[in-house]
Amino acid sequence: MTPKRKQKLFIILGLMSLAAIAVGLTLFALRSNINLFFSPVQIAAGDAPYERTIRAGGMVREGSVSRNADSLDVEFTVTDYVDDVRVRFNGILPDLFREGQGVVVVGELQPDGWIRANEVLARHDENYMPPEVAQALEEAGYSPADFQAKAAEVGKRLEAQGEYADDNGASQY
Amino acid sequence: MLIKMIPEIGHFALVIALLLAIVQGTMPLVGAATRRPLWMAFARPMAAGQFLFVAIAYACLTASYMLDDFSVANVANNSNSMLPWYYKFSAVWGNHEGSVLLWSLMLAGWGFAASRFSKDLPEDMVSRVLGVMGLVCVGFLLFILATSNPFERLLPNMPSDGADLNPLLQDFGLIIHPPMLYMGYVGFSVVFAFAIAALLGGRLDAAWTRWARPWTNLAWAFLTVGIALGSWWAYYELGWGGWWFWDPVENASLLPWLTGTALMHSLAVTEKRGSFKSWTVLLAITTFSLSLLGTFLVRSGVLTSVHAFANDPSRGFFILMLLTVTVGVSLLIFALRAPRVSHTVGFNWVSRDALLLINNILLVIITVTVLLGTVYPLLLDALGFGKISVGPPYFNALFVPLTVLMCVFMGLGPGARWKSMSARDLGRRVALSGVAALVLGAVLPLIFAEQWNLWVAIGLITALWIVLPMFRDLFDKTRNASSFGAGLKKLSLAYWGMQLGHLGVAVTIVGVAVVSHYNVERSVRMGPGDSVQVAGYEFTMTNLQARRGPNFLADTATIEVSRLGSERSFEMRPEKRLYIARGMPMTQVALRPGFFRDLYVAMGEELDGDDWAMRIQYKPFVRWLWLGALLMGAGGILAIADRRYRRRKTAEAPAPAAQEAHA
Repeated sequence: MTPKRKQKLFIILGLMSLAAIAVGLTLFALRSNINLFFSPVQIAAGDAPYERTIRAGGMVREGSVSRNADSLDVEFTVTDYVDDVRVRFNGILPDLFREGQGVVVVGELQPDGWIRANEVLARHDENYMPPEVAQALEEAGYSPADFQAKAAEVGKRLEAQGEYADDNGASQY
Repeated sequence: MLIKMIPEIGHFALVIALLLAIVQGTMPLVGAATRRPLWMAFARPMAAGQFLFVAIAYACLTASYMLDDFSVANVANNSNSMLPWYYKFSAVWGNHEGSVLLWSLMLAGWGFAASRFSKDLPEDMVSRVLGVMGLVCVGFLLFILATSNPFERLLPNMPSDGADLNPLLQDFGLIIHPPMLYMGYVGFSVVFAFAIAALLGGRLDAAWTRWARPWTNLAWAFLTVGIALGSWWAYYELGWGGWWFWDPVENASLLPWLTGTALMHSLAVTEKRGSFKSWTVLLAITTFSLSLLGTFLVRSGVLTSVHAFANDPSRGFFILMLLTVTVGVSLLIFALRAPRVSHTVGFNWVSRDALLLINNILLVIITVTVLLGTVYPLLLDALGFGKISVGPPYFNALFVPLTVLMCVFMGLGPGARWKSMSARDLGRRVALSGVAALVLGAVLPLIFAEQWNLWVAIGLITALWIVLPMFRDLFDKTRNASSFGAGLKKLSLAYWGMQLGHLGVAVTIVGVAVVSHYNVERSVRMGPGDSVQVAGYEFTMTNLQARRGPNFLADTATIEVSRLGSERSFEMRPEKRLYIARGMPMTQVALRPGFFRDLYVAMGEELDGDDWAMRIQYKPFVRWLWLGALLMGAGGILAIADRRYRRRKTAEAPAPAAQEAHA
């Protein structure tokens, strides 16, 4: 083999092995790090796996948020207005978290049906349901438009009650 | 009268700019193909005219914001009469229409700059470069006029006041982050145009690379600083102290940065050794395509985030088409013409050429993995396989090891010689640095931190492995000079730029490694009088009060902080704001920045009684992250100032003298 060919061979072999390593790592990393999205109706139907990181989303049910009096534990219900799922979280909820608003939680579904959330993301979609939830409802045979209207109605009503989440702050002026 | 017509003037200016861009995108290209000097001469005036008219349009939009003209839909949706003037100014690009207009302004600006600083370039090259840029401008101006007109009126039912700018965007970081980032994104259009021009003209020589390199460096420096500003903004504005989330929007800016970095290095090989030519051209095309892809991802509304303003599907479709056409046509040109410019130059396996080849391969692999993780969920969703998300663990699992691997070669690079050198020689140059890096990197965390952490040690070893050989190289390069100072003077600015850029990478790596593993975060419940200890500091809430800002109401906590065992204390004042116009709450973080650590206090939510949920964080070395990026950017700029890019002045100067001698 001429030196030039040898060099080419090395380059090709090197490239192929690097590519193989990269593809292998990528597939491995992708497989173990994909989080599937489930809505309450899918969780109720038993579609979601237990004790694996999933994403779940819907609207925060009105009046369902309860805080522990002396820790940062909080519980709330996520609903798509067909089924509900209870979520427990320890920590600080995002600024945009409100009752009647869209929310996505990342966490593990427990065998007795509640979700231990590691992360809570509020969706700033003013008057409607997260699109994933609407789609899940449609697939389960419900008409998302009805529930979307309902979600919008609840959201509007809560907003009309004033900035209840901040009423303390606002009322002082 | 004229003031009332400002939006219409702006709209009209955009139409004129489009017409000029169409001329700029056709006449010079045809002229260069058919060798008609008159047609080619259209390039420069058109570039200048187009820039002028886009600038007029932009000024008109800014004026509408400043004058609170709420009959313009864009102003009504994104501004408010209570907004301070500087936020009115920056609100122009805090929304979809305005930001695309800013994009176009910068595109036209880069085109104008390319036309001004190309006096010594052959005329056909200039016309091709400006022609290609003109075509890109046509795409974006059409996009604005067809789908995102910023001057649309709300008549006759105009609102009495605007809906206000998103409070997250009311911040100094937002004033500078998008323009910087866009300068980077759009700047790659110049080197893209150069690449296409080289393919069309069939000429890609050392002069071409000397031309393309400064533009690449400049765009890259802007992008680097833009990304760092974005990360810094997210850090203090979003209220949870993260500095990189592997959010698709962030990835969208990282992707062109990665290929842009590869491009800079590949250009170095092309200039010095005349090899890697087609590869360089391909990278230039890829980098600009990824900039466009980033724009598509961010602006099409397929993602939900602070950045995704647009929800109109026709916009996404338009950008997707623009992307497809650009990528398709440029790859077609590449396939047809690349064999003409390619040129094989042999090199030894132990050489700077080879190391830069490895650098390029690794950067491309990193780009592909990040791209895959970013686009995969979107593809699955588009094909109807369900909604998934790819979390940060995926990116960390791939990005971190690949980066460490790349840094192993990066330490060798600056010390290696072009073409070939003996492995033993290279080994001798770096052996001492290698040992020192291993020992210091492993021991330093033991001395300064309470517990040893493998990843921090790896980070420090990597950083030292990059930095120490640089000193050795500096020593080698100055050894033969009469004095150390004289030796330093001989080194070119390009060399210093490289060293500074690499130093920046090392500094960023130290920051990332330390803050990721020695970060202390506590979420606590606090009321006035409560105190808590975090990472050797005592935080006491002394006061809680309400106040009124220009366009918001706020609860402010006063936290007294002192180091344990120290008398001195200082105050931090985090706030929870409620922006009145949108009724949107916002966390205003209190920061105590330092070179070696940041203290970070954010108010979470109000609990029963006077208690608040507070997030208190101790973030060691977090500043190094952004400091490193600034050093990288400075390195890129410094390299542009190198003498060889200014050679034409010194080359031109003797010419008149020679003529006089003849006379």
